[in-house]
Formats: sequence, structure tokens, C-alpha cells
Amino acid sequence: MSMDKVFGIAGSALAAQLVRMNTTASNLANASNTSDSAEGAYRAKRVVFRTLLQDQAAGEQTRYAGSIHIGNVVDDPTPSPRSYDPGNPSADDDGYVWQSNVNEVAEMVEMTAAARSYRNNIEVVNTAKQMMMRTLEVMKS
Amino acid sequence: MLDSLFGIHADALQLKSRRMEVLSTNIANADTPGFKAKDVDFRTVLGWKLGVGNLQSTHVNHWRGPGHSDNGEVFSIPYNPAVDGNTVEIGLEQAKYGKAAVDYQATLDFLQGRVSAYKRALKGE
Repeated sequence: MSMDKVFGIAGSALAAQLVRMNTTASNLANASNTSDSAEGAYRAKRVVFRTLLQDQAAGEQTRYAGSIHIGNVVDDPTPSPRSYDPGNPSADDDGYVWQSNVNEVAEMVEMTAAARSYRNNIEVVNTAKQMMMRTLEVMKS
Repeated sequence: MLDSLFGIHADALQLKSRRMEVLSTNIANADTPGFKAKDVDFRTVLGWKLGVGNLQSTHVNHWRGPGHSDNGEVFSIPYNPAVDGNTVEIGLEQAKYGKAAVDYQATLDFLQGRVSAYKRALKGE
């Protein structure tokens, strides 16, 4: 039945948006991390969404074609900013510290976007639920 | 049996729930890079069923005309495609989804009318 799929598809989107929001929380929490090397500095994480294609969903019982899943999590390629701060405990021998490349403003925007998308999918589920309830009531009248 | 009882409305309900499913896929994938929005275009599907613009084919892999697909799904053409290749326009999809829900409800009302008519007939009121 088709209406079942609406719940599955919108549900997968809810889960994916939650992962995106968790990533944002992680980025914001680590925004002021410092390190003594460019490699050790925290890099902002980004999730990449993928659509579950028809061929991939074939034979699966719980996931429907068109639902969404996390393809992978990638690091933001922006170079980590370096500053001269010899008093910092994590400064290297020359007195430089590397900060995380998290852009707080961008993270806030990302968080709002994830919340909005989450709400959109909640509305989809709500509408589908109402339609289903009404379908059940057709025989009652 | 059900077909003769409920006429066109049983098929219509299926079509409309199918459309809601396709539109919910669009909304779910509003942030997926490269996702192409789809829709069930009633006029096009009806055209195929009536054989309008269909090319004769003798093999399943033959090209049967522009935009032809067996499940009635067509790619929608975006007003403003995004740079990441996503063609979902969320406002438009929400509006479509709302309309699809109203369409579904309208068909349900027709069905309900049939059901109550049959019930009255059975009771002999």
C-alpha cells in the first residue's frame, strides 16, 4: 500500500536530518578546540545525503526506494586557521596554535536549515496520517 | 466486485496515494545533492493509456515517446535549479503535496457517498 511508503520515506528523512543536526552540534561544541598541528586541529564535519535508488531498494522490506540515507560524512576542506599564541598550552615549539575550521555562523544556518527540513517532513507524516485515518473511517458512515 | 461497487474511485484513490508518495519522496530529498524531483502527471498518464502520442513498439526496450515511463512518473522541470543539481523546490512541493492531500480527500468523500448509499439500500430505509 502506497501510504505506508510515505511514512517510511518521510521517516528516513527525519532520521537523516537528525544526523545532520547532531553533526552541527558536534561542530559547534568543538569550535574552540586548539591543536599544535594542522592535522590535529578539529575539522568541521558535513553529512552527504543520498537517495536510495530503485535497484538498491529491491528485495528490502524496511527501506523504500526514494528514501534517504547518509552517504558519508566528509571533513570541511577549509584550511585550519593558525594564530601566534605562545601562552596557549597547546602551542607548538614556535608558539603557534591551530584552531578548528568551524564557522559558527555557517553552523547556525545549517542547524536552522536542518530544523526546517525536519519540520517539513513532520508535516508530511501528519498529513499522511490524517489521510489514513479518514480512509479507515470510510466504511463507518 | 469492488471495481463495480466503487466505480472509478477505487482506481482514483490508488493514483492519488501514489502521487502523495512521489511528492513525499521529493520533500524528503529536498537537501540531497543531485536529486531530481518527480511527479505523477495525470494528463500524460491518461494520454498513454488512451494511446495519444504513443509509438508502436515490438520490444520492451524500444523508445515509446518523450517522457514515457511505465509507472507514470515524470521528472518535473524546475523554475530555479540549485547549483548542486537538486531540482526540488520545497515551497512548490509542499503546495503540490497539500493539493494532493485535498484530491485524496475528495476521492474519499466520493467513496464515502457510495458506501453510505449502499448501506441505505441494504437496510431498505
